[in-house]
Amino acid sequence: MSLADRSAFKRRLDALGVTVTEGPESACSELVDEAAGEPAVGVALSDAPSAGAALPDRIETEPTTADLRAAHTGVTAAELGVAAYGSVAIEADRDGTEPVSLFVDRHVVVLREADLVPDMADAFEWLGPRARDESVDVVFATGPSATADMGGLVHGAHGPKAVHVVLLRADDEDAAESEVTADE
Amino acid sequence: MSSDAAKADRIRELMATEGDAVAANTRGFNEGRYESTGRLDDYDELKDEARAIKEDAIGRLPELVDEVRESVEANGGTVYVADDAADANRYITELTAEERDADRLVKSKSMTSEEIEVNEALADAGVDVLETDLGEWVLQLADEAPSHIVAPAIHKSREGISELFAEQFDLDEPPETAEELTMFARERLGELIEDADVGMTGANFIAADSGTMLLVTSEGNARKTVTATDTHVAVAGVEKLVPTVEEFSPFVELIGRSGTGQDVTSYISTLTPPVDSPVPDFEADETPLADDSGADRDFHLVLIDNGRMAMRDDKELRETLYCIRCSACSNACGNFQSVGGHAFGGETYSGGIATGWEAGIEGLDVAAEFNDLCTGCSRCVPACPVGIDIPWINTVVRDRINRGEVDSRQTDWLFEELVPDEEPAGLDLGTRIVGNYETVAKLGSLTAPVANRLADAGPLRALAERVTGIDRRRDLPEFASESLVDWFERRGGAAVPSGEAARTVVLYPDTATNYVDVERGKAAVRALEALDVHVRVPDLPGSGRPPLSQGMISTAAAAAEDAYAGLVTHVDAGRDVVVIEPSDLAMFRSEYEKLLPERSFERLADASYDIMEYLFGLLENGGDPGALRAPAAGTGPVASGNRIAYHPHCQARTIGVGEHATAVMERLGYDVRVSETECCGMAGSFGYKEDYYELSMDVGEPLREQFGDTDRTVVAAGTSCGEQLDALLGSSPMHPVELVAPRE
Repeated sequence: MSLADRSAFKRRLDALGVTVTEGPESACSELVDEAAGEPAVGVALSDAPSAGAALPDRIETEPTTADLRAAHTGVTAAELGVAAYGSVAIEADRDGTEPVSLFVDRHVVVLREADLVPDMADAFEWLGPRARDESVDVVFATGPSATADMGGLVHGAHGPKAVHVVLLRADDEDAAESEVTADE
Repeated sequence: MSSDAAKADRIRELMATEGDAVAANTRGFNEGRYESTGRLDDYDELKDEARAIKEDAIGRLPELVDEVRESVEANGGTVYVADDAADANRYITELTAEERDADRLVKSKSMTSEEIEVNEALADAGVDVLETDLGEWVLQLADEAPSHIVAPAIHKSREGISELFAEQFDLDEPPETAEELTMFARERLGELIEDADVGMTGANFIAADSGTMLLVTSEGNARKTVTATDTHVAVAGVEKLVPTVEEFSPFVELIGRSGTGQDVTSYISTLTPPVDSPVPDFEADETPLADDSGADRDFHLVLIDNGRMAMRDDKELRETLYCIRCSACSNACGNFQSVGGHAFGGETYSGGIATGWEAGIEGLDVAAEFNDLCTGCSRCVPACPVGIDIPWINTVVRDRINRGEVDSRQTDWLFEELVPDEEPAGLDLGTRIVGNYETVAKLGSLTAPVANRLADAGPLRALAERVTGIDRRRDLPEFASESLVDWFERRGGAAVPSGEAARTVVLYPDTATNYVDVERGKAAVRALEALDVHVRVPDLPGSGRPPLSQGMISTAAAAAEDAYAGLVTHVDAGRDVVVIEPSDLAMFRSEYEKLLPERSFERLADASYDIMEYLFGLLENGGDPGALRAPAAGTGPVASGNRIAYHPHCQARTIGVGEHATAVMERLGYDVRVSETECCGMAGSFGYKEDYYELSMDVGEPLREQFGDTDRTVVAAGTSCGEQLDALLGSSPMHPVELVAPRE
């Protein structure tokens, strides 16, 4: 991930009408809380080594189908972001990330900056081995669902009407960056 | 003739009822394509990459079918390769109606499923089929066919959809705005998807190495279709296979941009089914969502042959299999913009590439119903993300139709003198008259002005219309009594001796310039000589463009050989071949690749130039622009002022010589406004045909809108563009070389 990728990603999302909030992993819960409507369901963020990131308590992370149906917002992680397109990779996993991101009005996506790649070709280099070895199912989502079939562009055809991206940087990154600056 | 008359009526009706909606949408998509592909730094590289992947994949398709079967089975799914539609439908209905005992199957948009008509087969087996793509759902309710391969309901207006909903759902206050209509559909369809038993999707691409399928969608209905049901049936043509997941990438970047002008659509699903997501149980909905029900999912990949393997073995139709169904060829097409897929389409597919699909899948008879609508303007060629030569496929199919539909009762032995071609006797006479235009023109020039007077005589035009199908509302080309070649000889040949010249040019006396529009030929000679070029205008055979446009490939190939034989010694002597008529230059630079040996094609293509391209080159290499005519000198009726409206010829744009005229005119100080219309609608002989006169005029409408009340001097390079602009604007444009050449 480079600074150029991060700004390209944010620029694309802005053009797509996707709001973005940023912060360290420790601020994840607070940022999601601000972005999520009520009621909200979610899929717990995976416990990656650096995971200081968590979801607020009000997000139901073990929802029933009834909870899903009633939910306004679904909160899930994205495995990858594609800077040049503003796309996020949602994995259709056993935990229900796909239905939680799909059968709702608003999808709040949590993405780590470290998982941003520059372009589409990088995304498919990433996907290839996972598809062959682990049979993963991934949806590259770019903005909200949309249709122009009813005589004009409308957001929210079958899928979410709005998307919000919470972009997290590693907690020690600020320190790391300032060290680099100091070396120079 | 009755079927032709019916065809003309049908086109007229579609232009009136659906034309406006189709035109607005397709032109919007086409503009979007230019903008979106323009944002790519590596557009051409991506196209080359995509093309290479398709060539490779189709080249080893049987191997990929075996490989994907192994991959999908290893993932826990099943692959069925169906020979034809009936075979596919039998498999799908047995699985759905019998094994699953399904009440409802929900579908996301799939052209291949429409090709095999699986909805009808399932309905017959008692399964309720629901289209979940909003456009497809509207058509299912209205019982209509798609008019566009990507946006199936573009022919429907918002008001029409509102009325349809009111009627179908008995609503007193039906939704009206696009937002209301969409939300109404979202709710209705959402409920029906919850109870569905089986989900059917298509697949845009399938990677053989992993069994991963890629779906390009925007609404989210394909995601719901897969997620909400425990049985997933994917229907795809065998040509959708690519070797690896990594090779999806260029297609993902190109497909949305090429089609509707979106950089990428909202959802690119890359599924390696059966998918892992739990199946939400909307009935017993108090159970946890994440209940491992994903483990019980079932997946069937139904790969459809239905003529494709035979297309693969057909040298000319094979390229059709590279098609990624993006719709760029439909949106870039003037005729398609006016009539849409209900006229310009067959049983399933529509637009330029449909000729290949329908000929391969359904047969020549289906392709014959709409193949005429490809005029060969070639604007789809640069638009196609995999570089398919779509006009060539149309020409080949037209040739096959010509040869297959010989009617031995026709007595055109009367006209054999006039049509000395290599085509079967009995071929439609209008086709042959146009195809043998060179002979007609030569004769017309010899007998002008008698021929011209006769050609304008009312009763004779009526007769000609009946016999040849040439519309009497068109002005026929007026033949000159002295050809360009004769004029050049009479004036004593070159004014710049070869010894004093910087370069030597063979000015190709194309049929239109030599016999009809001699003035532009004279202007070209003056312009070249003003820049110290030694010019020759030898008598040379026609390029073969008219017969090629009629699908008379053997005749065109014979003409190509003659033209090449006449030109090659000039090329070998180091002379540059300069052409005035863009459609003839396009033959040399493009179509001759199909008609001549590769070395001959390359030799001539490399030595050939458009007249304005050549003047541009001379000026770039130190030629004196002062030798040409700047706007200040234009005081006469020919050059009024310095403001120019320029319509580049369609084929000139495709071969990359449309803009040289603009550059030359601007260099000389003209203020040039360039038209945004892909093709004027005349497209050679197309607009002369009685059945297509009104369509041709409709295709030209955007030009009338742009240039109709301009006070600019209108210039255009193509002879037929000139006729069309005359008809549209009421004044005959000149060739750009006539504008910039010094006066006599």
